[in-house]
Amino acid sequence: MTAAAVPGTPDAAFDRSLAAARRHGEAVIVPLGALVAGLLAFALFLGIVGRSPAEFYGLVYQAAYGSTFAWENTLARTAPLLLAALCTALPARLGMIMIGGEGAIVLGGVAAGIFAMLYPALPGVLGIGGMVAVAALAGGTWIGTIGFLRHLRGVNETIASLLMAYVAIALMNHLVEGPFRDAASLNKPSTAPLSDGFRIGTIPGLDVHWGLAIGIAACVLCWVLLERTTWGFAARIVGGNVRAAQVQGLPVGRLMVGFSVLGGACAGIAGMIEVAAVHGAANASLAAGYGYTGILIAFLARHHMLAILPVATLLAGFEAASGLVQRRMDLPDATVLVLQGMVFVALLAGEALHGRLAWFRAPGRQ
Amino acid sequence: MMPAEPDLGLWGVPLAILGGAIRVSTPFLFVSLGECLTERAGRVNLGLEGTLVLGAMTGYGAACESGSPWLGVGAAALAGALFGALHGILCRLPRVNDIATGIALMLLGIGLAFFLGKPFIQPVAPDLPAIPFGWWSESPRVRAALNVNVLFLMGCGLAVALAWMFRATRVGLTIRVVGDSSDAARAMGARLHTVRLLATAAGGALAGVGGAYLSLYYPGSWNEGIASGQGLMAVALVIFARWHPLRCLGAALLFGGAGALGPALQAVGLTQGYHLFYAAPYVLTLGLLVATSSPARALAGAPGELSISR
Repeated sequence: MTAAAVPGTPDAAFDRSLAAARRHGEAVIVPLGALVAGLLAFALFLGIVGRSPAEFYGLVYQAAYGSTFAWENTLARTAPLLLAALCTALPARLGMIMIGGEGAIVLGGVAAGIFAMLYPALPGVLGIGGMVAVAALAGGTWIGTIGFLRHLRGVNETIASLLMAYVAIALMNHLVEGPFRDAASLNKPSTAPLSDGFRIGTIPGLDVHWGLAIGIAACVLCWVLLERTTWGFAARIVGGNVRAAQVQGLPVGRLMVGFSVLGGACAGIAGMIEVAAVHGAANASLAAGYGYTGILIAFLARHHMLAILPVATLLAGFEAASGLVQRRMDLPDATVLVLQGMVFVALLAGEALHGRLAWFRAPGRQ
Repeated sequence: MMPAEPDLGLWGVPLAILGGAIRVSTPFLFVSLGECLTERAGRVNLGLEGTLVLGAMTGYGAACESGSPWLGVGAAALAGALFGALHGILCRLPRVNDIATGIALMLLGIGLAFFLGKPFIQPVAPDLPAIPFGWWSESPRVRAALNVNVLFLMGCGLAVALAWMFRATRVGLTIRVVGDSSDAARAMGARLHTVRLLATAAGGALAGVGGAYLSLYYPGSWNEGIASGQGLMAVALVIFARWHPLRCLGAALLFGGAGALGPALQAVGLTQGYHLFYAAPYVLTLGLLVATSSPARALAGAPGELSISR
């Protein structure tokens, strides 16, 4: 007889949990290793252009996580990134690569700004609730259209979503410079400033706006939806194998459109939070690149809804620190973009390692 | 004394669109030819948007430093080739998705260009030469519209050359076989990975040249808003052109015309809603994608190994 454990004994249970740890461990270790490799590559790049990597990472730590104030700044930027990442991660679980979250963010913000302009008399809860609704509707319609085109016509959703992001930015420029421009906004065309009732306040005891709570709640709810409901189960089957899902009689089209709408709605709410908590009016500041950082976060988190939380906090730290780093080290504002690009490339190259590290292979499986 | 300019009135709009089509289409042309070459070898490079911006920065920087616009074009092609080769090497690794890699390289290329290009926002680089085909006309606007850059003519020549290469040469045949069927390519003894790598690098080089055109001729300066999706639209344009270099030329002109619509209307005094006309090329691209895609079958003329058509 071999030494294999008899089923039902404590040894077998231990072996099973070890195998599970190995399986899940790979999903954590490989992206983490890629993240470190990307940060090292960026350190090398800084060295080549004649800047000190140690000073850079030291400043980032100080400005992003070094003090309560730094943490609050980081967490305030985490909020839109969480929702932006969902816009890529949710459709990705069905096998769609959506990269146009920026468009949904921009339109969600504009819709919220216009809503606040048109109905200034609404009382607090209704006003903010209405802004959330119109922002979710705008973002959801935008990304949902792409999911619909993908299902109906087989249009490549990656290209289509990025094109739609450009259209959305043009539409925003048209709306805030044309019909909904506030005459008082001279050098930066904006919608009218939100009245106090429409502003989102801060979470008590923490100088961070409520957007953070909305973002965390959205990630947790999406996790529940995907992992604990039959809709989520069906969606994961579609992502695994579309043909199998069709043979099973699952409503593939409705699932694809539905999850695209949900992702777009999240990104739209991100735009609304930016308007109601940060800028105070809808203007071109909405196109700040959160949608593109969200793509990287979703991929780093391997499209896992809860893994988005730590990853978004980490990348928000780099965004929060970028201003200080630029001033102190005299670096261009694209510094964070280079860093993100290098981490992204390292992450994708790291995909090649999946299934190749011997320790992670469960015993008896090839 | 200068003769008074004849008032072209609304005729100015189609004229400006024609001139604009030629001017605006050149980057589309080069990027789409590069993407066409890459995709014919069976690989998608969505990162050409990043390559375009990187090429614009490199070309402008090199032209500033050397004083020669053509050295700038060469440097842009080299930078593009290196970036294309990086994409080719990454995609060769097992389990690496070429669409996702393209997105990553798009962000990295834009980031690198903005980072390294910061010192070049102020200086003035020498422009690329243009040939005045409008010499017969009195009107300065006709002349401006028919001032055709040398790179556009080279791009036209390149489209013809590529079409001939795919149809009639051994190199072209090898690329097509590699793109259509890995198995057939292996049976033929073609070096699959090398061919794809070279095609991706060459495609990147062409996209780099397209970027150099942006910074060295039209609009003719380096800044961070220089490219706005031309690289990405070119990918869609190749699908519309059914992977044929000569149809890429026609499609590039069409897109150039759409891109010239916004500036042309603004020039005749339209001040309201011109942002929407600036969105025309994106909407046109989307419309063409929707019209030419089909859920049921692979697209006619698509290389068989292409991940976006499978």
